[in-house]
Amino acid sequence: MAIIEIKNIAKTFGTYEALKDINLTVEDQEFMVLLGASGCGKTTLLRIIAGLESPTQGEVWIGDRRIDHLPARERGISMVFQNYAIFPHMTVAENIGFGLKMSKIPADELKRRVEKNAELMHIEHLLKRYSGELSGGQRQRVAVARALAMEPDVILMDEPLSNLDALLRLEMRAELKGVLQQSNTTAIYVTHDQVEAMSLADRVSVMNAGEIVQADKPMELYRNPATQFVASFIGSPPMNFLIASNTSNGFWVIENETLSGPSIAEQSILLAIRPEDVRLSDSGLPAVVRLVEPLGPHLLVTTDVGSNQFRAILDSDSQIQEGQKIFLKPNVERIRWFHPETYRAVF
Amino acid sequence: MTHSVASGKSIRFLYIASIVLLCAWVLGPLYLLAVNALSSPDTINQFPMNLIPEFDLESLIFFANFYGMLDALINSITVALFTMCFSICLGAPAGYALARFDFVGKELFRVIILMTRAFPLPLLALPLAVFFIETGLDDTAFGLSLVHTTLALPFAILITFSLFSGVPRELEEAAWTLGCNRFAAFRFVILPLILPGITASAIFAFVISWNEVFASAVLTIQNRTLTAFLLQNLDTAPLHLKFAGGFILVVPAIVFIFAVRKYLFAMWGISNR
Ligand SMILES: Nc1ncnc2c1ncn2[C@@H]1O[C@H](COP(=O)(O)OP(=O)(O)O)[C@@H](O)[C@H]1O
Ligand SMILES: [Mg+2]
Repeated sequence: MAIIEIKNIAKTFGTYEALKDINLTVEDQEFMVLLGASGCGKTTLLRIIAGLESPTQGEVWIGDRRIDHLPARERGISMVFQNYAIFPHMTVAENIGFGLKMSKIPADELKRRVEKNAELMHIEHLLKRYSGELSGGQRQRVAVARALAMEPDVILMDEPLSNLDALLRLEMRAELKGVLQQSNTTAIYVTHDQVEAMSLADRVSVMNAGEIVQADKPMELYRNPATQFVASFIGSPPMNFLIASNTSNGFWVIENETLSGPSIAEQSILLAIRPEDVRLSDSGLPAVVRLVEPLGPHLLVTTDVGSNQFRAILDSDSQIQEGQKIFLKPNVERIRWFHPETYRAVF
Repeated sequence: MTHSVASGKSIRFLYIASIVLLCAWVLGPLYLLAVNALSSPDTINQFPMNLIPEFDLESLIFFANFYGMLDALINSITVALFTMCFSICLGAPAGYALARFDFVGKELFRVIILMTRAFPLPLLALPLAVFFIETGLDDTAFGLSLVHTTLALPFAILITFSLFSGVPRELEEAAWTLGCNRFAAFRFVILPLILPGITASAIFAFVISWNEVFASAVLTIQNRTLTAFLLQNLDTAPLHLKFAGGFILVVPAIVFIFAVRKYLFAMWGISNR
């Protein structure tokens, strides 16, 4: 059982707070993705779990073992580095077998595991090569095979696909997911790419400025973002934000369109609507079309609602011209409401 | 247009001329040394000078048989080997620390390493000699190699520092996560990668000791090194002996330095080819 518990982890570099009171539980065999913009502390958190960096405060547990005081080699963790960190003076086979050799695994078992993992990552024909003779994608495969060969409780991956070109990234993404599911390890995967996060993860932890803002299933994040930050970060094209003012209890008005929402005692409220959650109508939010982009199955229409930019994804057979005035009817069920000062979701 | 072409040409001419001059300045004496060392004693003493080597080994054979010469040669090698070991054993850990750890006074430490080279050895020679006689280190290969180590150590530290800096930290970290402690990671990952550079650094320490004459002359009497021995006999020795001695001194130094040149450039952060 490899449940990872991160309790009150904080890390400061000098006076800079890279991580502020992180709490996170990763379930056994779960695929957890840490998602956040560059510099928000993802790598730092991963390195603290791996034992390559020591936390300023807090505890890390794997199962019933507290590990934050243990050296990296005793944690039962494998790591895949962003730039692969393949040992250049060893062949692929030696690389994959390196950790096993260090753990004094018998030679025949070592050989078996090297071959098994090489096969799993489709690099069995490269076993005699050196890293200088491999492409980026192949190096990536070696790094993953090397980590898996250790049969770790936990595997950590720091933006493992970020150095690959787009097509290869797509291919590796699908493959990684399959391989990790088979291996029954608990995985923490760092990325700044929300599409990658959504497609790989059992759960995604969205990080911002050294904090975890929300940890949830991908669709849950998408449908019910807990804060305005998550709402703006997840989804492409991003959510539309509008400010509505209070009329009576639970009714909010924006550009003469009245919407029923939460009853809170505020003058205004921030509401967020996904571009696909509106439809063309005879009444609704008045919008002036600025740009029409045909995406094949849909039209991406950029409009002005009042003075706010508003994107809508509409049927591709809608007859819409730039400059035209249209009405957009939001699907009220799908609107998310955020407190105007705390930016937290209100219901 | 023509003007700039002309000035471009003259700059190029100057550039080439300077290189030729520099080469002549360095290679000329070396060539004459080689010619004379490889000529018979009679040829050396005649006039005009011979400019083409005869490949006559008589001078070198005479040199080898000169009384005390072989002992001096062995002393030189012994001292240089000691110096080599000490410099690497002390210098490599220091270079590693500089490359991998942040500690208070790191920059100052780096400056001080270089400052040791600014200390004139003659200034230290007398107190050192006294101290060595008191402790019984005088006139021993071990004692002299300690002095030579202080000369070679700054270079050993700087070269190994640049070597360790050149090994990505992730490689070491990957080794740690794969079951290595610091020592094992060093032994199996770092060391194989920097071994050529360490060898170069060792050879450089060897050459520094091999070439050093002042401390050797002051601190040894019976067990002279080759440089000290030649210095002592410079007045009285015949011309062909001087040439042969010089030749024997210079050749290993040149060969070794040529072999390790790219690491010496690396020490100063100049990219090499
Ligand atoms: N060793 C360090 N010393 C000082 N600051 C650091 C160090 N490592 C990371 N940081 C800072 O901590 C912040 C988070 O870094 P990191 O965890 O690498 O972010 P991410 O991986 O999310 O891009 C960054 O602002 C970075 O500059
Ligand atoms: Mg990072």
